[in-house]
Amino acid sequence: MIEIDRITKVYNGVTAVDAVTMTAESGTITVIVGTSGSGKTTLLRMINRLEEPTSGEVRINGESTLATKPHLLRRRIGYAIQGHGLFPHHSVARNIGAVPRLLNWPKEKISARVDELLTLFSMEPDQFRDRFPAELSGGQQQRVGVARALASRPDVLLMDEPFGALDPIIRARAQDDLRRIQRALGSTIVLVTHDMEEAIRLGDMVAVMDGGQLVQHAPPAEIVTKPATGFVADMVGDMERPLRLLSLVPLSEVMEDGDAPGEALPADSSLRDALSACLWTGRTAVPVERDGLPAGRVTLDAIRARAELGA
Amino acid sequence: MTIAANRIVAGEGVPAWAVAAPALVAPGLAAVVLGLLLGLPLHWPRLRLLGAVIGLGGLLWLLMQGAPALLEGAGDYARVSPAIGFWCLLTILMLLMADALAQLAPGPVMRGAMLGGVLATLALILWSGALAPLSVMQEFSSRRAAFADAALRHLALAFGSLATAAVIGFPVGLLCHRNQRLRGSVLPVLSFLQTIPSLAMFGLMIPILGWIALNVPGARAFGIAGIGFTPAFLALVLYSLLPVVANTVAGLAAAPPTAIEAARGMGMTPNQRLLRVELPLGLPIILTGLRIVLVQNIGLAVIAGLIGGGGFGTFVFQGLNQTATDLILLGALPTVALALVSAIVMDILVELTRPDATRTA
Repeated sequence: MIEIDRITKVYNGVTAVDAVTMTAESGTITVIVGTSGSGKTTLLRMINRLEEPTSGEVRINGESTLATKPHLLRRRIGYAIQGHGLFPHHSVARNIGAVPRLLNWPKEKISARVDELLTLFSMEPDQFRDRFPAELSGGQQQRVGVARALASRPDVLLMDEPFGALDPIIRARAQDDLRRIQRALGSTIVLVTHDMEEAIRLGDMVAVMDGGQLVQHAPPAEIVTKPATGFVADMVGDMERPLRLLSLVPLSEVMEDGDAPGEALPADSSLRDALSACLWTGRTAVPVERDGLPAGRVTLDAIRARAELGA
Repeated sequence: MTIAANRIVAGEGVPAWAVAAPALVAPGLAAVVLGLLLGLPLHWPRLRLLGAVIGLGGLLWLLMQGAPALLEGAGDYARVSPAIGFWCLLTILMLLMADALAQLAPGPVMRGAMLGGVLATLALILWSGALAPLSVMQEFSSRRAAFADAALRHLALAFGSLATAAVIGFPVGLLCHRNQRLRGSVLPVLSFLQTIPSLAMFGLMIPILGWIALNVPGARAFGIAGIGFTPAFLALVLYSLLPVVANTVAGLAAAPPTAIEAARGMGMTPNQRLLRVELPLGLPIILTGLRIVLVQNIGLAVIAGLIGGGGFGTFVFQGLNQTATDLILLGALPTVALALVSAIVMDILVELTRPDATRTA
């Protein structure tokens, strides 16, 4: 659990972060979203003391971050950044093992951990271990960057626009991977982005920053249906709201018994996917399958009812 | 080739085909012509390399046959030297070779082996005495002890000043890297030092060190004097500081900013960051700085001969005073060779320290 308590950062008389208080529960993803200059990155960097707070404090699992020397604190907190920041002169294995090496893990434990992480990120260890960052694709570099941040099993993972440099298709895959890995490991993640779509897609909680202040901190559905200020509404986008909302609801929630013609969708895809399939193929209902077996159907009316609820 | 009655007077020219009996000259001439012809095709660097080697062999043959033939019966003080035609051909063939090597782009190990081979061949030729009748070599044989002494002095000046400049310059560069304001004031001062003409710098050292020798007790015992080794050494160190400091700063700044940010974010201390990230990534640039300094100092150390600093410069200035061209060459040729060899060796080192990723990618 990360407790941020009235934390403030002032640069040369300009307040970048203004008395922000919020809590990120263990095992959840909190996404901080805002425009550039909103103070979101400064807020993130104060958690591992890359920026020293002007006032206020951060507690991780109840312990103040001020109680530990900054570099020792950072070794316990994973940190992944935009453009991956891999060391170009080190192999993939040395990059991933960087923090464990700082913590003086024994060699065998480090190499076992490296292989475990490469496998987790769907990269064949024998094939990738000894490559250099310049020999990887952008998506692979980014995965190695996140793997490096997770290497020492940190209490907390901080991510600063980790997918910012990726093209849309790779980015969507990277987001799915992160969700899957976070579920598997139960890590606590705080992620910064300027992309509301990404925030809604990834976040268990979304924190919207504007002008150094935290304007809303709520689950994604609430951000979409009840934006606290005009700024939040703008970030969500009026026209997009029903679609954003539908993208949060899995088919299993509105599924009914019965059958429908055409190709089936998996039960964990969203209502937005189902709506899209209905419109594109001119159907009024789509069949749903779970583990490859027919499970029921979702009708266009049910989707519409769910989208109107938000109004 | 020229032949002269003694070492001072101007020689008279003898064309290559007339230096010795036609049967002896012909193979050499043929080799030179063949070498030049092989060098003509644009797209076959291997052939051009072979041509350059054959041509150089031909030149060597002509020297070996011509010198003793010309000296025969020319009197005890007669001197033979290669003339303008030799030097032109030598330059052309070396250029061919350099161009061919640039196209072939051999790896660092291969280049090291080639350099070793060339040096070994050169040593073998000199040691065999095949060139002993040449004037330069006669100057050498009459100054054997002085030459060894000068060589040691020259190396001491060039490498000693490099080491000293590195010991001073590296920490200064490190401080400049960490402190923006210090960088703003240190680099211009060093640039200014670099612009002082070398002769003036050596001249300036004389009164300053002379005063120290007179007024600071113990300085004289330490070997500090207005002329000699110390002022030459000091001047070289001052000249070396700018390249060392500037390249250290540039090298340390060469690491990608995101890698530095990541290093900070994962909890490296500033020293760990320096040793594990900044230094390995900047090493090629820092070594390039040392290469510049080394080649520059080997050349500049010649001028040290003027203020009694020793080194190959001694021969150059003696030769100038006596208008004995071959004595000048005795100082100049080893200096050029030394500078070339150092440059190649340092280049190989720079290449070897380049991070693997950039080498393979």
